[in-house]
Amino acid sequence: MAYSEKVIDHYEKPRNVGTLDKNDASVGTGLVGAPACGDVMKLQIKVSEDGIIEDAKFKTFGCGSAIASSSLITEWVKGKTIEEAGTIKNTQIAEELALPPVKIHCSVLAEDAIKAAISDYKAKKGA
Amino acid sequence: MSATTEKHELPHTIQNRKAPIYLDYQATTPTDPRVVEKMLPYFSEQFGNPHSRSHFYGWEAEDAVEIARESVASIIGANPKEVIFTSGATESNNLALKGVANFYKDKKNHIITVVTEHKCVLDSCRHLEQEGFEVTYMPVKANGLIDLDQLRETITDNTAIVSVMGVNNEIGVIQPLKEIGAICREKGAFFHTDCAQAVGKIPLDVEEMNIDLMSISGHKVYGPMGIGALYVRRRPRVRLVPMINGGGQERGMRSGTLPTPLCVGLGEACAIAEKEMGAENERLRRLRDRMYQSIVGRLPEVYLNGDLDQRIPGNLNISFAFVEGEGLMMGIKDLAVSSGSACTSASLEPSYVLRALGVNEELAHTSLRIGFGRFTTEEEVDEAVELIIHEVERLREMSPLWEMHNEGIDISSIEWAEH
Repeated sequence: MAYSEKVIDHYEKPRNVGTLDKNDASVGTGLVGAPACGDVMKLQIKVSEDGIIEDAKFKTFGCGSAIASSSLITEWVKGKTIEEAGTIKNTQIAEELALPPVKIHCSVLAEDAIKAAISDYKAKKGA
Repeated sequence: MSATTEKHELPHTIQNRKAPIYLDYQATTPTDPRVVEKMLPYFSEQFGNPHSRSHFYGWEAEDAVEIARESVASIIGANPKEVIFTSGATESNNLALKGVANFYKDKKNHIITVVTEHKCVLDSCRHLEQEGFEVTYMPVKANGLIDLDQLRETITDNTAIVSVMGVNNEIGVIQPLKEIGAICREKGAFFHTDCAQAVGKIPLDVEEMNIDLMSISGHKVYGPMGIGALYVRRRPRVRLVPMINGGGQERGMRSGTLPTPLCVGLGEACAIAEKEMGAENERLRRLRDRMYQSIVGRLPEVYLNGDLDQRIPGNLNISFAFVEGEGLMMGIKDLAVSSGSACTSASLEPSYVLRALGVNEELAHTSLRIGFGRFTTEEEVDEAVELIIHEVERLREMSPLWEMHNEGIDISSIEWAEH
């Protein structure tokens, strides 16, 4: 399978790989996917007092498209409000990375991951 | 980068002109140059139809085909009259199973095969099931081999044919053909074996192993693609209904003009393999051990799939836990290997062979099949080892599962949302 230049770029030089302290009240963590399905994404956001995403980190078990999708979304959400970040659609990721149809689920997973991270953050804040 | 400048760049696949190291010898083997050389005159010079009986062109082509048939027969201990040429192992497997099942269907309608067989055997059996035959798909043990006692219990008076492959295409394990043959003979069932991956890799003898039918592939044994053979025993005689009807070539079992250059190629490939197999296996075993020891010595959490001892030396199938196979292959793009990961298959299911061994889905997704062969060098193996280790380490640093494993979290204890 031929990968797009952008997928290869993110795969070879992934942005924002790492881990934030999941016990920090300002950090939201999303863990989506399943090992048995061949992809798992962990996406974390650090949110400022005024609701801006200051930092984002990911770790992904999966194919190149899954790694690229998660790397790209961490770039996109940084500096956005959590409301703005929550509106990112998988189709935007798929389009940016020129994902073929069989890889669309990788972009869906990235959308799920940011949504899960945001709701984790909100749940923590509400608690 | 703007879209316009991007268009002027070569696609990634063309930029990387340096040919990857070929480590996928179970997928196909290059045609040996000595084989190609033998084939060439039969395209434009000695181009006759080997079935033409009335002139010299036909005779010389027929002679070449018969010499090739002798070489094929020789490597499996058969009589040349028992070898028929086909288009490849897929056709041979189809013909053996469907041909025998249909010929004997009034007397027997049970077939036994194994869950780890090649798709063309399994799919032929599925087809026969739809036609009313009864098929038993035997399981394998964790090492990939069948249980002989279970085979003995599974064969009934109604069993027409037992089909067990010689060497598995994914994990390289060698089934106990001699023991299986003895059981089949004792129980009165025909024994067919798909030896596409076995010919030229392990010693084969149809008499000693009581094999009644054997499928052979050209392109797995350094011969050309598009040619194969089926061994069909004459004493006691195995009969089959042909799939291709026509001029009655190949003793009526497979009509159609024989492709002389391809037959010559398969024959020469078998002749070379028969002569060189012993020394070549020693060389491959050293390369295989070198790679395997380096990998398990330097990387934790790697698992070999399939038995190590009952295995051809040219195959390794390794799961690199916590690193997804397709992602790994993208990283080691300078190596041509294949993966049992779902993402590399059309069905998006992980390898059914690995699943049959009891390898869990999660580990099945992390497997690489590495195949060595005649043109693999020690330098290539060393380079491959470094690339694989480097990339597994890089991807593990990026893997949430590796992180959880290191934190002592049992990944199987988590409730994952399967998608």
